[in-house]
Amino acid sequence: MDPRLITAFIVVIGVPAVLFGYIYATEIVLRIVPEHRRAQVRPWLWLAPALAFLFVFLVYPTIGTVIRSFQDQAGAAFVGLENYLWFFGSEDAIVALRNNVIWLILLPLLTVGGGLIIAVLVDRVRYETVAKSVIFVPLAISMVAAGVIWKFMYDYQQPGQPQTGTLNGILAVFGIDPIPWITVDAFALNTVALVVVMAWMWTGFAMVIISAALKGIGAELLEAARVDGATELQVFRRIVFPLLLPTIAVVSTTIIITALKTFDIVYVMTGGQFDTDVIALLMYKEMFSFNDFGRASAIAVVLLLAIVPIMALNINRFRAQEAIR
Amino acid sequence: MRQRTIRAKLVTALGGVLLVAAACSSSTASGGAGATVTVIGTWGGDEEKAFLQMVAPWEKTTGNKVKYTGTRDINQILTTGVASGVLPDLAGLPGPGQMAQWKASLKPLDTVLDTAKYKEETAKTLVDLGTIDGTIYGVFIKSAVKGLIWFSPKAHDYSAAPPKTWDELTTQAAANKGSAKAIWCMGLESGAASGWPGTDWIEDLVLRQAGPAKYDEWWAGKLKWTSPEIKKAFETFGQVVANTDGGSNTILTTAFQTGGDALFKTPPGCEFHHQASFITGLGAFKAAKAGTDYNFFPFPDIDPQYTGAIEGAGDLFGMFHDTDAAKSLMKYLVTAPAQDIWVKIGGALSANKNATSYPDDIAKRSAALLQDAKIFAFDASDKMPSAMNNAFWTAILDYVKDPTKLDAILTNLDKIQVDAYKPA
Repeated sequence: MDPRLITAFIVVIGVPAVLFGYIYATEIVLRIVPEHRRAQVRPWLWLAPALAFLFVFLVYPTIGTVIRSFQDQAGAAFVGLENYLWFFGSEDAIVALRNNVIWLILLPLLTVGGGLIIAVLVDRVRYETVAKSVIFVPLAISMVAAGVIWKFMYDYQQPGQPQTGTLNGILAVFGIDPIPWITVDAFALNTVALVVVMAWMWTGFAMVIISAALKGIGAELLEAARVDGATELQVFRRIVFPLLLPTIAVVSTTIIITALKTFDIVYVMTGGQFDTDVIALLMYKEMFSFNDFGRASAIAVVLLLAIVPIMALNINRFRAQEAIR
Repeated sequence: MRQRTIRAKLVTALGGVLLVAAACSSSTASGGAGATVTVIGTWGGDEEKAFLQMVAPWEKTTGNKVKYTGTRDINQILTTGVASGVLPDLAGLPGPGQMAQWKASLKPLDTVLDTAKYKEETAKTLVDLGTIDGTIYGVFIKSAVKGLIWFSPKAHDYSAAPPKTWDELTTQAAANKGSAKAIWCMGLESGAASGWPGTDWIEDLVLRQAGPAKYDEWWAGKLKWTSPEIKKAFETFGQVVANTDGGSNTILTTAFQTGGDALFKTPPGCEFHHQASFITGLGAFKAAKAGTDYNFFPFPDIDPQYTGAIEGAGDLFGMFHDTDAAKSLMKYLVTAPAQDIWVKIGGALSANKNATSYPDDIAKRSAALLQDAKIFAFDASDKMPSAMNNAFWTAILDYVKDPTKLDAILTNLDKIQVDAYKPA
């Protein structure tokens, strides 16, 4: 039998069977527990598999990574802060950090800004679904595919030759010389070009969430404002925008984390060359190309520390929102 | 009653899962005739097809199967594979450096191959590159001559009197330029490995300007990048870049596969393209006719005392699991009849001296170059530690982008050299 068929069988029948089996088994275990304690124990038993997975695949590797980051390449000896000193003393790492900051600022601006504008603009038009679908579709494309697509968009041929790249093709219509978009490192233009690719993908995500929040704003609220003589711009600034703010904050933090984790697009489009490197790619290279697990772990820890405050902010906001409810 | 049926159903379902799991494990454990050998290599497209054709006769006679996966990230896959123990049976190895690093996971091949015959049929340099402390761990399945200079005989035929020295090349190029836009063509884009065609340039120049002794010191990390020998090679390369079609923007954005395509344009974009023998299987070369549309001459001498130096490279192969089928395949791959299959398809030179079914005169001549080389140097960047090799690629790109930064680039390479060669 085809091994794929067997895998399909295991997934379709086996996974539900194991789940039911587990719940069934917990009930048997609970019989030993005294009646009045059962309600207290049950949730923990149900949570146990998830907690076990969380521990094995998240907590344990995180602790392992932190320990590994203080060890040398072979993992034989502890070297103190050497890996971290290397990271902050290496030119490549500083460039990668700079680029991550560019990603961090530019990507939320483009996606949330773009998503907000589009969501508000298409809110009251007849072809709203069509317009939103078109903006949303790129999110379904894998990042690698998006990188390949945009490599064609940014393609460069020397002046005088037919321009195969879409952007340079447009420039050629106006008689402007082509620009080798992904090799120009002046003003980090190439990094910006890469951010645009990611923004093209994620604007649809921001738009959909913001649009949903927009639908939740009561029409009577807006009507009341209009009756009171507010202009459309005032309605947006004083009523719609403040009500959207919690949603925008959640979308922004999600996008910020995406920006920090950027890897695929940079790997596919430039391989980190021409000063476009980012932290995640740097970590990948140290680990898989140079086989230095110590340094790779140190980079991972730096990345983790950078993400933690943003996550904390996100959770805090989430709690505050829950409290309002 | 109802509860009992649910329980019965659950038991049947769980039993089914166990049965399936058992069937699954038995199917992978079956060996002997009809076994599958997993192979990972860097070849894709036409090269992958050629490799599969090469193993087809073996599959037919033994009844075994080859499951081939081609990947650009072989170094990454094998690094994690060695750490985790999940490895293919046979794999292409990125270079002799990695082979030494993974020695503990690789299987010795001395008893697998017909060793006496293998040593007799293969160039000594190649045998040595696959040997660690007298034991063979890697073999070459095919090879390539690096640093050939390709031209279009239709623009100017150099084959009658090819330039013998670098100075002759410069003067002849200026004299015969004709309608060509520039002297050289170049394409450095190659995904995550962008820049490597430039490292071949530097290697060819170092080998002929400074000689094989300095060349060996250099890749072994004993010669600084800021030393006059290496700096001079970069500067000579800089002159080439300055005379290349389209300038740095075109060089950096053109894929290495199509780097020489401008040779065939009218008017030609350039007179020469510097690339290894495998270019004949890539880009516009593939459709062009050998001898009439394109031809080559070997890289000319620079310092006469190093006459006859040739840089070569090859695809090293190692074995991670010594199953009977894997051993049999390994034994087959180094033989002349096996390598002849790929040689006949084109784009590759054999590593085996007795595989000589080259499709045209050009392939035959490049194979002869490799066999008759007085000084054979293996691709230096392939022998460097990967961190050094990676930095070398980046340095090439940075230098082509802005040649005025040469000193800063070389100083940075020195810094990485100190770090990359320190014992793990």
